[in-house]
Amino acid sequence: MTTSVFLDWSVSISFVMVMLSLAVAFIRLAKGPSLADRVVALDMMTVSIIAVCGVAAVATGVNALLDVALVLALVGFLATVALARYAERAEARRKEQSDA
Amino acid sequence: MLDILIAFFLLSGGFFALIAAIGVLRLPDVLMRMHASTKAGILGSSLILVGGAIYLAEPAITVRVIAIILFLMLTSPIGAHMIGRASVKDLETKKGRGEAGG
Repeated sequence: MTTSVFLDWSVSISFVMVMLSLAVAFIRLAKGPSLADRVVALDMMTVSIIAVCGVAAVATGVNALLDVALVLALVGFLATVALARYAERAEARRKEQSDA
Repeated sequence: MLDILIAFFLLSGGFFALIAAIGVLRLPDVLMRMHASTKAGILGSSLILVGGAIYLAEPAITVRVIAIILFLMLTSPIGAHMIGRASVKDLETKKGRGEAGG
């Protein structure tokens, strides 16, 4: 009985921690001076949302939330690669323009 | 007993996720921010997913969680490498411009 109450409390506390990490990463996404800062913040937010899926799976007992986490890991990697590619190309383009 | 183990995994995972996000906010440079988000962030979410696998206790779920963790640990260095390459070029041009101006 007491250990299940402890588990409930720890689920709530880790929900708060993960949501706080999501909010703090969003502050960096809004503030970030360069494009690379924003890509890093988005990557961090994707990882935080995967953690939210894990905590929600424990809180509700729904197995499908881990499928959501798996798909999110795949899509998040693609998004990071695409945005990093874009940042690199944008930098190269700017350099070409300033050289010409 | 199992509840305490799950609670330990969840709490430590949440702690590491929070530390990673604070690092992303507070560290001064893109490369240092990347260091916080890739290492501490992946560790935090991996710990939370392991806690979820112990709680749900089904073989299919455990395999899925192992797949997620392996995938995260395989892909986060690749993504970090690409962001790092882009940002190093950016930092170099900024430094060159600063030296040329000063």
